[in-house]
Amino acid sequence: MCLAVPHTLVEITGPSTAIGRAGTIEVEIRTDLIENPSPGDCVLVHAGFAIERLQPEEASEIDALWEEIRAISGTPQHE
Amino acid sequence: MNNLPRERVLAAAAALRSLVDQPLKFMEVCGTHTVSIYRSGLRALFPEGLSLISGPGCPVCVTAQEEIDSLLRLSEMKDIIIATYGDMLRVPGSSTSLSEARAHGASVRVVLSAADALRLARETPNRTVVFAGVGFETTAPATAAVILQASRENVRNFAVLNLHKTVPAVLETLGADPELSLDGFLLPGHVSTILGLNPYLRLPEKYGLACVVAGFEPDQIMAGITLLVLQKKRGIPAVQSAYPEAVRTAGNLQAKRLLEAVFEETDSTWRGLGLIPRSGLRFKAAFSDYDARVRLGISDLPAREPAGCRCGDVLAGRISPFGCPLFAKSCTPENPVGPCMVSSEGSCSAAYRYGRGDRL
Ligand code: SF4
Repeated sequence: MCLAVPHTLVEITGPSTAIGRAGTIEVEIRTDLIENPSPGDCVLVHAGFAIERLQPEEASEIDALWEEIRAISGTPQHE
Repeated sequence: MNNLPRERVLAAAAALRSLVDQPLKFMEVCGTHTVSIYRSGLRALFPEGLSLISGPGCPVCVTAQEEIDSLLRLSEMKDIIIATYGDMLRVPGSSTSLSEARAHGASVRVVLSAADALRLARETPNRTVVFAGVGFETTAPATAAVILQASRENVRNFAVLNLHKTVPAVLETLGADPELSLDGFLLPGHVSTILGLNPYLRLPEKYGLACVVAGFEPDQIMAGITLLVLQKKRGIPAVQSAYPEAVRTAGNLQAKRLLEAVFEETDSTWRGLGLIPRSGLRFKAAFSDYDARVRLGISDLPAREPAGCRCGDVLAGRISPFGCPLFAKSCTPENPVGPCMVSSEGSCSAAYRYGRGDRL
């Protein structure tokens, strides 16, 4: 029930609405819960509302954890 | 899975094998995690000694029987349309379910969003639309947003049966339970997107519990579990995020502002766990016009849970679904006895669909 799916905002259509795209599907999204939505933003959508702007570049913050996991497991890195 | 995630899962499994040298017991507290863990069969990769039990992470499942009954009583009232997320339809109340009520003439509509429920109210001005507001912090801000919109636009034929619950207090109850004796929590990803990390700080500070927020892919879950084990081994329990792309330390401030504008903290009754202080949300007085209980004059009445159903024990982590004598016998997704078998995120449903052979 807390599942959320990433969408890219393609158009801002009102003070609290936007069109978001996931794959080839475009849907209306409510943007009440994020500040200053703009086209191109990647947002997590849950029950029709964008709940947060995703920051894919932050994912690399846990690269250090993966390095540590590989070191402990003795598996070489193949990235 | 493409190669990198698969490799990562296997590397984390190998790391866990070399790290775990004492019994460790963690709980995942998000229904979406529960489903992902069952579906990917991750438990089969855990070393001896490491256990991960499912908790109260399915909002439909933890909704108390008396709350379900209130929703059903509302559905029987004249000129009412119930708007609900689909998962609530087949949850058995004391005597019937919404889908049965609908078959007998009640107006029940499935919506994908609280915004659709408000739209329905605008389209049906002669009837009152009652939205079943179920869900944790991930979902409650959307309810708050539409209540603010209804109030702004003066939509009078819209009300919410507020069933929202909040996560941190229930974790404290479970974390303090000596019988469960948990070592830590795999924290919910999207509840934490809204809350951030600070509301969980009491868990490590007061109870020594390891806490890690994780994403939902199998490799993200394995990273979270490995970080939990590392916290325990190092003896420095903390609240950490292994899902930084979606979770900021401070959470989503805008969503929290909307929540605070409409709701305030209150005690709430959870299936299987009873009354938990500060674990629910109630309307602020300024919005009581939108409170279906106030507007339509109903209150939750004592209710009977389905005979033989052990959902309460499943949600509290006391038994796994396989420990319920009715599991996969008289209780199946086609003929569910309790909500944990109805909801797509219920532990019993996930165990039924994916869990064969899973080690618990
Ligand atoms: S298997 Fe069915 S009866 Fe047993 S606890 Fe789960 S939902 Fe309840």
